[in-house]
Amino acid sequence: MQQAGTIETTLEDSGTVTLRLGGGFDMDAGCADSAAAEAMLAQGAKLLRYNADRLENWDSSLVAVLYELEKLAAAAGMPIDRSALPHRLAGLLAMAASIGNRAGDTAKICNGPISCLGAQTTEAWREMLRFLDFAGNTTLALVDLIRGRSKMRWRDFWAVLQNVSVEALPIVVLISFLVGVIIAFLGAVVLKKFGAEFAISYLIGYGILREMGAIMTGVIMAGRTGAAFAAQLGSMKVSEEIDALQTLGISPNEFLVLPRVVTLVLMMPLLTVFADLVGIFGGYLVAVSMMGVASGQFFIGLDFVAGLNDFALGLFKAMVFGVLIATSGCMKGMQCRASADAVGEAATKAVVLSITLIIFANTIIDWAAAHFNV
Amino acid sequence: MSAADTHIQVRGLTMAYGSRVIMQGLDFGIARGGVTAIVGGSGCGKSTLLRHMIGLLEPAKGEILYNGESFTAAGTLRRAEMLRRFGVTYQQGALWSSMTLGENVALPLEQYTKLSAQDIRRIVQLKLALVGLAGFEDYAPSDISGGMRKRAALARALALDPEVLFFDEPSAGLDPISSRRLDELILQVRDSTGATIIIVTHELPSIYAIVDQCVFLDAETRTMAAVGSPAELRDNPPSDTIGRFFRRDAEEAQPA
Repeated sequence: MQQAGTIETTLEDSGTVTLRLGGGFDMDAGCADSAAAEAMLAQGAKLLRYNADRLENWDSSLVAVLYELEKLAAAAGMPIDRSALPHRLAGLLAMAASIGNRAGDTAKICNGPISCLGAQTTEAWREMLRFLDFAGNTTLALVDLIRGRSKMRWRDFWAVLQNVSVEALPIVVLISFLVGVIIAFLGAVVLKKFGAEFAISYLIGYGILREMGAIMTGVIMAGRTGAAFAAQLGSMKVSEEIDALQTLGISPNEFLVLPRVVTLVLMMPLLTVFADLVGIFGGYLVAVSMMGVASGQFFIGLDFVAGLNDFALGLFKAMVFGVLIATSGCMKGMQCRASADAVGEAATKAVVLSITLIIFANTIIDWAAAHFNV
Repeated sequence: MSAADTHIQVRGLTMAYGSRVIMQGLDFGIARGGVTAIVGGSGCGKSTLLRHMIGLLEPAKGEILYNGESFTAAGTLRRAEMLRRFGVTYQQGALWSSMTLGENVALPLEQYTKLSAQDIRRIVQLKLALVGLAGFEDYAPSDISGGMRKRAALARALALDPEVLFFDEPSAGLDPISSRRLDELILQVRDSTGATIIIVTHELPSIYAIVDQCVFLDAETRTMAAVGSPAELRDNPPSDTIGRFFRRDAEEAQPA
């Protein structure tokens, strides 16, 4: 095992700095110490020279250090004489010093916290404009479809339809059942305190029909289908399939987005009907088995408070959520950049965006419903 | 070729996917410090051969030796040590897209050496400068052009001072100028690192420009048809297929 390499520095009166390389340089031993040489170069030397008489073996750990020193020398306008170096070492240093692409060709988005905050705010604003723009384009495509001038692919339509309906039903049913059970448990705790167990059916009726049925279906479909839409369109974007459509004069909005939006808007209310039924059933089981509410009493109570308008409100919400989920999923997919991890990113963003929009929309609809006494 | 300067030896190699034989009876040696091209028509198994040589695929029969030591028979640990001496540049660059260029080049160094973070940064700077990408440490692979990605991938392949450099279709998807620049870069790398270079390609201009030795794979006979320098194979082709490959396209590709 040879000892670690050293770089000795001498400065002659003429201003010539000589770097004397000695021993073996090996990556496993770390890079050689170059502080002395750096200091000497800073003292206004005029020429950088090498002496490699005692140099044994070397690898990139030496080249990296010399490259840094040469950069310092070059920055000070110092000529560099590599003639004493082994042929390959000189070659590598010359190669590294030759000018390639310059960094900074692509602009950085922001520097400093304030400009970053500004950049993010304008980005959020633009994001909203893009969403509106995208929704508008999809609406126009829908209008075209209704007037019979659109080129929607019906085979796609049926494939997506199956995916967002029958294939989504098991998970929607399972989650809704559990949500019904959870609401009933909540009611059990709260209502028992007032001795008002009979009112459990009020809570379940209102809770499931007006709110939880649609919201839970929306959240499930955002995670399941919205993400899938974004990933599908995103990978099509990466493999330039969407560009291929556009160059053929086919609008990707009509061809890809429309079938997805339309199917989801049609199927969300149907899924919500199932979610409502199963959710109420879940609550009923808890009410009857754990709270001692009579079966007949439960249904009479349910019928007494919950009306068709509550059910309709849920379905209306479901349709709105359908629009939001499909639009955000497709939009994030279409905005996907051309790289592999961009697809995952698009799917994540689609889920976050659609769940946020669902909750916002739900709040607004509830406010309007209270206002108009629905 | 004397045994001393034979770097890589392929002996009786048969490559197969399950029971489907791709190529059989491959026997050739590769000289140290030379540029060797694996050539042949599309789909003849060029990339498959390369993947056998770097251990991504296992041979159905035969073995591959580096410096006289069998890579095929080596155990997991020994193989990892041998792999450390390889640098591979994949067809699409295969830069890890979630990391910056600097992190891409640093990963092999972090994995295989005990260098400090500061030293790794220095070596990364050097490697990127070598391929003409000085100052691009903080760029994401998606922020740079295709030609730059290829060169960044070369910087990553060079990270550990490899003895053998593999290139899978280096000029695929590049314009003639970028592809010539890459050819020049490959020659510079060979001259200054002394690495043995193996290229999978079917670009004749680039074959004539940089290759010392060709291994021609024939898709019809499913075996190696010839080994020789590109000029030799063009002027005295051992078979019609080879002659057509080197001559006819050569006339088209070199109008001057």
